[in-house]
Amino acid sequence: MSDRDVILGRVRRALADVTPDGTPYEAALPRDYLREHGERSLARTVELLAENLADYRALVHRCAGVPELSALIAGLLAGRGARSVLVPPGLDGAWLADTGAEVTRVADEAASTAAELDRVDSVVTGCAVAVAETGTLVLDGSPDQGRRRITLIPDHHICVVRVPEQVVGSVPQAVARLDPRRPLTWISGPSATSDIELNRVEGVHGPRTLEVVLLGDA
Amino acid sequence: MSGTSGGTYLGMPAFPEAAHDAVRDTTLRGNLRHATHTIRAKRAHAVAEVSDWAELREAGKRIKDHTLRHLDRYLVQVEETVTAAGGTVHWAADAEEANRIVAGLVRETGESEVVKVKSMATQEIGLNEALEAEGIRAYETDLAELIVQLGKDRPSHILVPAIHRNRGEIREIFAREMSEWGRPAPEGLTDSPAELAEAARLHLREKFLRAKVGISGANFVVAETGTLVVVESEGNGRMCLTLPETLISVVGIEKIVPTWRDLEVFLQTLPRSSTAERMNPYTSMWTGTSDSDRADGPRTFHLVLLDNGRTDTLADEVGRQALRCIRCSACLNVCPVYERAGGHAYGSVYPGPIGAILSPQLRGTGSEIDASLPYASSLCGACYEVCPVAIDIPEVLVHLRERVAQGGTATREGAKVVLRPAKGHAAERAAMRAARWAFGRPGALRAGQRLASRTRRLHPRTLPGPGRAWSESRDLPPVPAEPFRDWWRRTNGGEDGAK
Amino acid sequence: MRVALFLTCVNDTLYPDTGRAVVKLLRRLGVEVDFPAGQTCCGQAHYNTGYRHEAEPLARRYAEVFADYDAIVTPSGSCGAMVRELYPRMGERARAEGRGDTLARTLAPVVPRTYELSEFLVDVLGVSDVGAFYPHTVTYHPTCHGLRALGLGDRPLRLLRAVKGLELVELPGAEECCGFGGTFAVKNADVSTAMGVDKVRNAEATGADALCAADNSCLMHLGGTMSRLKVDMRPVHLAEILASTEEEPLV
Repeated sequence: MSDRDVILGRVRRALADVTPDGTPYEAALPRDYLREHGERSLARTVELLAENLADYRALVHRCAGVPELSALIAGLLAGRGARSVLVPPGLDGAWLADTGAEVTRVADEAASTAAELDRVDSVVTGCAVAVAETGTLVLDGSPDQGRRRITLIPDHHICVVRVPEQVVGSVPQAVARLDPRRPLTWISGPSATSDIELNRVEGVHGPRTLEVVLLGDA
Repeated sequence: MSGTSGGTYLGMPAFPEAAHDAVRDTTLRGNLRHATHTIRAKRAHAVAEVSDWAELREAGKRIKDHTLRHLDRYLVQVEETVTAAGGTVHWAADAEEANRIVAGLVRETGESEVVKVKSMATQEIGLNEALEAEGIRAYETDLAELIVQLGKDRPSHILVPAIHRNRGEIREIFAREMSEWGRPAPEGLTDSPAELAEAARLHLREKFLRAKVGISGANFVVAETGTLVVVESEGNGRMCLTLPETLISVVGIEKIVPTWRDLEVFLQTLPRSSTAERMNPYTSMWTGTSDSDRADGPRTFHLVLLDNGRTDTLADEVGRQALRCIRCSACLNVCPVYERAGGHAYGSVYPGPIGAILSPQLRGTGSEIDASLPYASSLCGACYEVCPVAIDIPEVLVHLRERVAQGGTATREGAKVVLRPAKGHAAERAAMRAARWAFGRPGALRAGQRLASRTRRLHPRTLPGPGRAWSESRDLPPVPAEPFRDWWRRTNGGEDGAK
Repeated sequence: MRVALFLTCVNDTLYPDTGRAVVKLLRRLGVEVDFPAGQTCCGQAHYNTGYRHEAEPLARRYAEVFADYDAIVTPSGSCGAMVRELYPRMGERARAEGRGDTLARTLAPVVPRTYELSEFLVDVLGVSDVGAFYPHTVTYHPTCHGLRALGLGDRPLRLLRAVKGLELVELPGAEECCGFGGTFAVKNADVSTAMGVDKVRNAEATGADALCAADNSCLMHLGGTMSRLKVDMRPVHLAEILASTEEEPLV
């Protein structure tokens, strides 16, 4: 008998006392919890996102339009002395218009090795959704975000959130917007650990600097 | 240099014996007190931030209960969806089979080293040791697991396996051991947590960058989509899950949730309960493998579904609620017994209150340590209060005490067995019976009380024999001149005016 | 209303003063209280040590002895919790074991009628000022079963705050278990003692004269620890403070 049959047989015997129940799952499971914690305006939701991002040590910037964004990104890269930047294939070229040729653009390619990516200073991406209540960015591998590893290996990540359209209030709202078939990465602040005396310390394996740009008028 | 952890759980002494030394270790007591008290207050704050905590907790409990009650159906569904997404599903009835599967899969890649994401399931089955025996070295990449591995130590906490170590001890271990495993610790390393984290970053980076095989567990597996979820903080999980060519995830069969939407509950309750954060820094979710043209992450994905005592636990109507556990550690952090005895005393990778109900169910109550774990609690109920899936740990503890003290039926490896009462409980059983007899006869009780009262001047404040366990550290209360019931009778309940 | 005192076996044998205090207090508040002589033990020690079947006859005895009372008042959070939380569970387990509904039905009537003392005072009698006088500094330890199983909340504190002359000081780490835990105190004596010592040190740090709780088994553990550590502080049951008056002070 295969281990599969062994396990399924044991499960069925273990549940001998349970009366079979044909109720559809969603009917059997009342979800009395909130869709969102409290009511807020769109502007307030964006404000909350900024607060919670900052609370977990992300550096938050705001700009109204693309020209301003382009200057901001150029400034952020220059400020870190970045000599190379990873660029996902679908990133709006205008975002890097002000970034000079002295900063080498590195494409997100399947053939790149991890060691090559480790030599790149920064990465700029968009995001799929941002969650205000938790200060979370979710990346889903869309063309403006690229493969998961490009936002992992460089030590400096600039993530652009289009506000208000990419911002949701809560985790349930984010889950509803996301496609589970895509590879998803939920990011809340720079990498951190609680492993030393259960105190949070920022900066372990992921990018130690996370800069979030809220792009838009809201 | 061995890749296995130095400690072993075989032949662990019973809990009280192991705790005896721990309560006298002032460094350990200080480390645990500091860490658990820090996180307790933070957790309470993080939980108070969400007004619907009770509803989230109830939903989490129901999702898990529903899954467990239909586990056969959901296991088959997971197999279908993971396979459809390009993964390969394996089934392991016990630790040995799981280790055999994983070792075989690693050997097929031709690699002799793997990077690991912290995983309770692989610790439970002793995977690192099994791989070592096959000539495969497993590198732990979680900071606390690294501390444990380098220190040839045993984990003592579910979330923070090196919680028993303070920053000074961690500095010592890094400075002494890192060079044996790869990149040495930086010169002049201090005990500042930021520097220690930096040392781990540098030490592990070369291993991440060259790794071809990653091994993980999973916090959740979504049956309807075949999605796996790993919740972490440091980014070592992301490294192991995305950089290698082959990913092997060993997951207990109780980790399934039916639908994608169910994650909205646990992604709120787990971070707040474990690290007391609104959200943990990184959560990775992946569904099988991606298409070759837009490949993102491992090309080969294996899911090993692990039983190893879980179906036996499922067979127990009272005990099965332990399978709801999402490994948050809130019960450890709040437990006054854990705080003083430390994690090692529990003799299992699952310490604390949840370990005290999980280990004797997964492993049975046959060994001395497992038979002692249900008693490793004052039944104060703090664990139940903080549990985000409402596991009534005191209820299960008492249920398991009954199994130890009285024997009875249980399920082991899928078969019903009748257990005999554990050794060493005969005197207690006799005493309990005698007490029940006396309490069934108020006359007998009164006679005993009177005898105690009449001889009260002879009573010592310390006791010989088994009573010493009490009186070694606590004086006995004086016996009163007469029990209440005699006073009540003599004075007509005080109505007669007599004192 | 017919009111019975369920004193508990520990109080009956070792702490008759607590029983006399409850009687005195309730009479002062106009409640005629009876002490049915058939009462013995709720079975908690048996149940919690793993001897549920030995606890069952004791539970049945309790249900029988107190069948005719409208309210059963007990000065013990943990014995109160035994009846209220665990008697129904004993009934359920008997049913699950194929022994039918008899036990559940036998125990059901006494479950909602059993009150811990502070619940009875605050919820049933609707008083928080019981006219007590106790001119001491007191710190209060909420015992676990009262706190978490019965959900006594701030009832004991409200009663204490209304006591004339009493200065209430907050106990650091109040909600942490004292380490008694029934047979835990001997089965895991080292950890139990460590917990007890920490609790006593916290109580000592408040500078209070008395450590008050609503459960004498916890106070027996803490009092025994205090006397061994030579801590100059007295353990005192809530009922004894509430019974104390200017005319008849607790000495």
